[in-house]
Amino acid sequence: MVRADHAADLWMIRGLPVLAMALLAGCGSEVTSRFATPVEITGDGIAAPLLGLQGDPERGKAVFAEREQGHCVLCHAVEGLDAEFQGNVGPALTGVGARLSDGQIRLRIADAQSLWPDTLMPSYYRAGGLNQVAPAYAGEPALTAQQIEDLVAYLGQLDGERT
Amino acid sequence: MKAGLALLSALCLTACGDVVADTKSPPAQPQPLQSGYKFLQPQTQALQDDDFANPGFLWIDRGEALFSTAAASGEACSDCHNDASLSLAGAAAHYPQIDAESGDLINLEGRINLCRTRHQDEAPLEYESDELLSLTAYVAYLSRGTPISVDIEGAAAVWFARGRDYFETRRGQFNLSCTQCHDDNWGKKLRGDTISQGHGTGFPAYRLEWQSLGSLHRRLRDCDSGVRVEPRPYGSDDYLAVELYLAKRAEGLKLETPGVRR
Ligand code: HEC
Ligand code: HEC
Repeated sequence: MVRADHAADLWMIRGLPVLAMALLAGCGSEVTSRFATPVEITGDGIAAPLLGLQGDPERGKAVFAEREQGHCVLCHAVEGLDAEFQGNVGPALTGVGARLSDGQIRLRIADAQSLWPDTLMPSYYRAGGLNQVAPAYAGEPALTAQQIEDLVAYLGQLDGERT
Repeated sequence: MKAGLALLSALCLTACGDVVADTKSPPAQPQPLQSGYKFLQPQTQALQDDDFANPGFLWIDRGEALFSTAAASGEACSDCHNDASLSLAGAAAHYPQIDAESGDLINLEGRINLCRTRHQDEAPLEYESDELLSLTAYVAYLSRGTPISVDIEGAAAVWFARGRDYFETRRGQFNLSCTQCHDDNWGKKLRGDTISQGHGTGFPAYRLEWQSLGSLHRRLRDCDSGVRVEPRPYGSDDYLAVELYLAKRAEGLKLETPGVRR
């Protein structure tokens, strides 16, 4: 336990790495350096598939639902999807493909926090400038480029009819 | 150098919206203030309500026995703490607090261990050991129903600010803060769980997921791990500070050990 008369140290220890992190991350202004691989943002989307990969909607559905993968159902529901207990912290994504382009969906998965700085939605293709990350995940994005492309393929075809 | 650092941090603070150390203003209390109990399924509430079915009482019974077992010094906790002197009724509702002798911030576990080393000639107990959980649960139970009220003035102020900072700072691979779930999104569903206001008032609590009683720090480690944060160690300064912040934030709610949680 830190003693109260060392309280000043406590602030130094805590303050400095935070400052260093903020500087490394460039205070979030250098958006492209946050990503696991270079990404070009145009408007509110990422037009080109990550690493030029082709997505597969069936695999994407599994990424969306499975705990070991994206586990998006923690926060989002898709009507008709075969998954118990879908969350409602995020908006329902039923028919999201009719609302958003593939490029918009891609950026929202890859780095929603660059669009909405206060959002609860994690940035799944971000690998830098983070704080106190568990060693097992450090330096890695939460999802691979392939998993994200699979999600884009899956969500992009949700037009309100398909589940 | 100092001015430079201050300027830099001021810049970053404004640019990134990082948390400014704030020792003064009261915590943002969710309104209306509600215990985690409110967000449980009726059958889990029923388990907490029934002292005969509530599994937490297994630890409380063991704690009560340990409380009156003589230690190496020949003295039991109950020799000093009884109805006539140094009664512990209501005491747990005022932790964490600054220990006058050392100046450290201590929680209930810390106080129990100080009594062991200072008055009973015993070694401190390990966090999450059956003995420490049992004694902590028993002592907390003696305050069941007492409203939480902690002191955040004086030497505690810096700890309170540190706890608030931990609570409000984004961390982990998912880059989330405690605030985002427990101040901004309580009442909503995270898969099968309803996010509560994140109060520690049921702890030590029996969690169905653990199939055991566990400390508040164990619960904090679970929340941190969920966001893919490297959790702090049991009894760490950061978690003690968070515990103080949580207690102040919960002020007015009643201590309800042994809570039952999902
Ligand atoms: C911890 C909660 C959480 C998790 C987990 C989560 N999201 Fe989100 N998501 C949100 C929130 C909240 C929003 C709303 C954004 C805002 O306004 O802040 C959102 C927004 C979105 C949007 C934009 C929706 C729209 O209509 O504009 C998409 C697309 C999306 N999420 C996809 C996903 C996918 C795919 C995953 C899993 C890989 C996922 N989300 C995991 C919370 C979450
Ligand atoms: C992504 C969402 C999320 C984040 C971030 C989060 N928690 Fe939680 N927390 C939960 C959920 C879900 C539970 C279990 C249901 C409940 O009681 O709220 C929980 C439970 C708790 C509880 C137990 C409440 C009770 O009555 O049993 C406490 C205390 C708590 N959290 C504190 C924290 C602290 C402190 C942090 C940051 C270090 C934090 N949480 C971060 C979602 C979160």
